[in-house]
Amino acid sequence: MNSVTVTSPPGNAPTRHRMTRNEWRNLRNGLLFISPWIIGFLAFLVYPIYYTVRISFTKYTGFGPATWIGLDNYHRMINDPIFWKALWNTVYYTALAVPIGVVVAMGLALCMNQRLPEVPLYRAILFIPSIIPGFALSLIFLILMDPTQGIFNRIITSVGLPGINWFGDPAWVKATFVFMAQFGAGQVALIFLASLKAIPASLHEAAMMDGASAMNRFWNITVPLMTPVILYDLILGLSLGLQIFTQAYIITQGGPIDSSRFYVLYLYDNAFKYGQMGYASALSVVLFVITFVLAALIFWSSNRWVNYDTM
Amino acid sequence: MATITRDQATGAGITDLERPGRATQRRLRRLLGQQVVPRIILIVMCAVFILPFYWMVALALKSNHELSIYPPTLWPHSLEWFNFKKATEVFPFWRFLWNTTAITALTIIGSVISNPIIAYGFSRIEWPGRDKVFLVVLASVFVPFPVLIVALFDIFARLHWVNTYLPLVVPRFFGTAFWIFLMRQFFMQIPRDISDAARIDGANEFQIFWRIILPQSLPALGVISIFAGIAAWNDFLGPLIYLQDASKYTLSIGLTFFQSQDSYDVKFNLLMAASALVVLPVVVLFLLFQRAFVEGISVGSFK
Repeated sequence: MNSVTVTSPPGNAPTRHRMTRNEWRNLRNGLLFISPWIIGFLAFLVYPIYYTVRISFTKYTGFGPATWIGLDNYHRMINDPIFWKALWNTVYYTALAVPIGVVVAMGLALCMNQRLPEVPLYRAILFIPSIIPGFALSLIFLILMDPTQGIFNRIITSVGLPGINWFGDPAWVKATFVFMAQFGAGQVALIFLASLKAIPASLHEAAMMDGASAMNRFWNITVPLMTPVILYDLILGLSLGLQIFTQAYIITQGGPIDSSRFYVLYLYDNAFKYGQMGYASALSVVLFVITFVLAALIFWSSNRWVNYDTM
Repeated sequence: MATITRDQATGAGITDLERPGRATQRRLRRLLGQQVVPRIILIVMCAVFILPFYWMVALALKSNHELSIYPPTLWPHSLEWFNFKKATEVFPFWRFLWNTTAITALTIIGSVISNPIIAYGFSRIEWPGRDKVFLVVLASVFVPFPVLIVALFDIFARLHWVNTYLPLVVPRFFGTAFWIFLMRQFFMQIPRDISDAARIDGANEFQIFWRIILPQSLPALGVISIFAGIAAWNDFLGPLIYLQDASKYTLSIGLTFFQSQDSYDVKFNLLMAASALVVLPVVVLFLLFQRAFVEGISVGSFK
């Protein structure tokens, strides 16, 4: 019942097809159904982004009028050592937590893809840490990694090694957050497992007939077919990694000596503790741009390594 | 022995026609690679993943005296079940629980109303540009929420919504990108003929949505309710920004607020007991609706 024009955007076709009454009605109904999203998108996303950009050019405490100061907030950022420190901490954390997360999740998914009758049990146990509240997990880790009350130091010291001040030592704190992030691997492992299951068994069987080793099959069949999901996870992980906040807010408050002052923590403090809404907005704009650029880079590089052949 | 035969049944054993010694060796290797090694890895990882929960419960059950022992005891000796009751008294636990439940319930209502309507417009009606607009929905998933907090706070402050639940709840009535996506995937599986037949019978679009498509989508609505509910229950940054009076706090900021105030002298055991009470409903919900969780998560694996 629909004519060919349905998929071509309006105004793009050189010879414009006149829409039938039916098509007009569909357009009207479609827009009517998605109208809540359009309103929400404009009100809670587009407008706030515009608003953030505008405030970023002002000096604004959150009360009273905002005074226009042009690019001053951005100049200030360039000369702000804590900004650079926070950016470094965040990039360091993301650059470690995300790739390690992919490897851990892939390992778990491969193991769960074997014919073991008790896989549902493993799946449940591995998945639970990724759905429990992040704030509760943070409170638990605060104590789990505590130098005196924690179980890790209890184990380490019982074999005669010196205890580690996981969250209290600048040399360890970021690594500890990376470690903590791995407890979210169960969710990604489930996504990977679903696409592992979608790989036709015939591919592996054929390769086995030709004498391909398990390693060979993994790198030449499994990995190429998984690359779209890995890409999706990398981009989402990147966006989430750069947003790290709750754990650091609850456990370290950015310490010791700023070694876990992550970007959003600094942004939050500027906005809601120091009354620097203008500067915080400039920080927001820069984070948005950084996220976008890095995601675009990953996406752009995906042409080289992501396999878009359908299975 | 039984496991080896099953492996052969997969067709992998066909090439084992050579010397018997080699075949046995191969079988052994396959057994190691497919059964033993994965099992060991999974058991070790499960033990590591359980450890935080074990430590939480173990600490929750320790007495104040046992807490001061160094090195810490590996399991609680006294089992102070009373700690759970005490935990609800040192924090305004019930107050926080009520607030969190109210926000969670309103979030679920908003999500269940808005997302199916929006997803219907993106899946069951064909209109020019639809799929391009849907790409915008998908792209919005990747916008980091924290970059919006300054503006959202200021906008909501001007509306006098700060220190109310409105900023946490109202946006949920306008759809959430991921749930729209999930619902759309579900709607697209329903055969098109059903809608066409109803159209021929003179039903309008809303009638088709309400009487035909929605009743078939109850499982998807269930998945959305669970995920949206857990997201609200777990939310930290939202309540942290918008809620100011302690009487309006959710469990998330309530517990951490009391944890960070030295003057309240909240002991580790009570903090862990309270945390256990917050975690428990989520774990129970997961165990009850495991299938819905697994399906909901796996939708993310499309693409």
